[in-house]
Amino acid sequence: MREKTEKCVVTFPTTSASMAMEAACREENVPGRLIPVPRAISAGCGMCWAAPKECRSTLEELVIRRKLMIDGIYAILL
Amino acid sequence: MIYLDNAATTRPKPPGVTQAVLEAMEGFGNCGRGTHADALSAARTVYAVRAKIASLLGGPAPDRVCFTINATQALNTALYGLLGPADHAIATDWDHNSVLRPLYRLRAAGTEVDFVPADRQGRLDYEAFERLLRPNTKVVVCTHGSNLTGNVLDVERVGAFCRDHGLLFVLDASQTAGPFPIDMERQHIDVVCFTGHKSLLGPQGTGGLCVGTGVEIRPLLVGGTGVHSYSETQPMDYPTRLEAGTLNSHGLAGLSAALDYGAEVGWDTIRRHEAGLSRRFYEAVRDIPGVTVYGDWSAPERAPIVSLNIDGMDSGEVSDELSQRFGIATRPGAHCAPRLHRALGTTERGAVRFSWCWASTEEETDEAARAVAVLAREAR
Repeated sequence: MREKTEKCVVTFPTTSASMAMEAACREENVPGRLIPVPRAISAGCGMCWAAPKECRSTLEELVIRRKLMIDGIYAILL
Repeated sequence: MIYLDNAATTRPKPPGVTQAVLEAMEGFGNCGRGTHADALSAARTVYAVRAKIASLLGGPAPDRVCFTINATQALNTALYGLLGPADHAIATDWDHNSVLRPLYRLRAAGTEVDFVPADRQGRLDYEAFERLLRPNTKVVVCTHGSNLTGNVLDVERVGAFCRDHGLLFVLDASQTAGPFPIDMERQHIDVVCFTGHKSLLGPQGTGGLCVGTGVEIRPLLVGGTGVHSYSETQPMDYPTRLEAGTLNSHGLAGLSAALDYGAEVGWDTIRRHEAGLSRRFYEAVRDIPGVTVYGDWSAPERAPIVSLNIDGMDSGEVSDELSQRFGIATRPGAHCAPRLHRALGTTERGAVRFSWCWASTEEETDEAARAVAVLAREAR
């Protein structure tokens, strides 16, 4: 079993919004990937962006600057 | 076969389209239904098409591009989702049954509908927009390019009218999206409905609507979306709001390749090529004794469509002769545009429609004109 570490998780209202996040992160070399939404989080879209916890402020800034649609940002053990 | 039925569906598709569909069918999972590699491949491709369409149409953002199976579903979605029994809509005599039949059904439920008339040459009476305006007018819906005459709407004029009166402007761009410039913001268009398999050169089974900022369309269909699974109602965020059920990601992969082709060659280049051929054909057939060509040919910009009849022949007979004797594909009869047929005086006979695409050639065009001359001579 893989050891769990704290991650920064971003959830979305639509699949399209998650695609926009992935594209933005790829363009700006922000680490992370799309994963199924963990049960601990209630979210609209079935996929979320999971990144190292230290990326939180970078992601928050990215969301605001690019006007990305999100449901929420969480710190969670994954 | 000389294929001149491109207003029905363009053929052949540009290089790369078939291969893109094939690769998608072999490699894609279901867009938005998981995060494994194959599902994400589909989701990324679908999102890329949203971005390309939004850019092409001057739409506000990729997530305002909602996919349907064709323009008919897109127009039904827009009209049922915007109009109610207390509302009034203005349409035109150019409109296709994909606009007319939803409006007639809405009218039976209380919506009021009026039509801007066309004259014997198929020219719209633009002054009528003002005359038809009512206090409860909510939507103006117009065909951008007539699928019968090829004449093209003055979008700026209608958009300015809608802006000045606070009306929603729905544009049916089935025959024009791609080759004809559309800018939703600059031209004050609230919804553009498109199909993928005509002027956009993609596969059948693709289409959609690009929805402007602040435009709230009630969903026509509700169902699985991959998001908000425990909600009893359709999610209201675009594009999910208008997309129930699995998307045609295979077809959209093909549409993506078609959009790339259009961008690479240049949509303006494609439009000029098609317009040049249709004008060449018109010049060759217009003076043939017994041939009647329909539409307004004084207009500088036209969709690549020529509709005609030959005296003494039924339009179906002409089309069949063209197919059987000359190997030329055209469409006869009524073209799902009953109001315009009435205006042109072709309700009984219909018309034979010739239509061009990016791959059509001068040789094919001249061959078709010679065939029309032969048939007209034989009919005299």
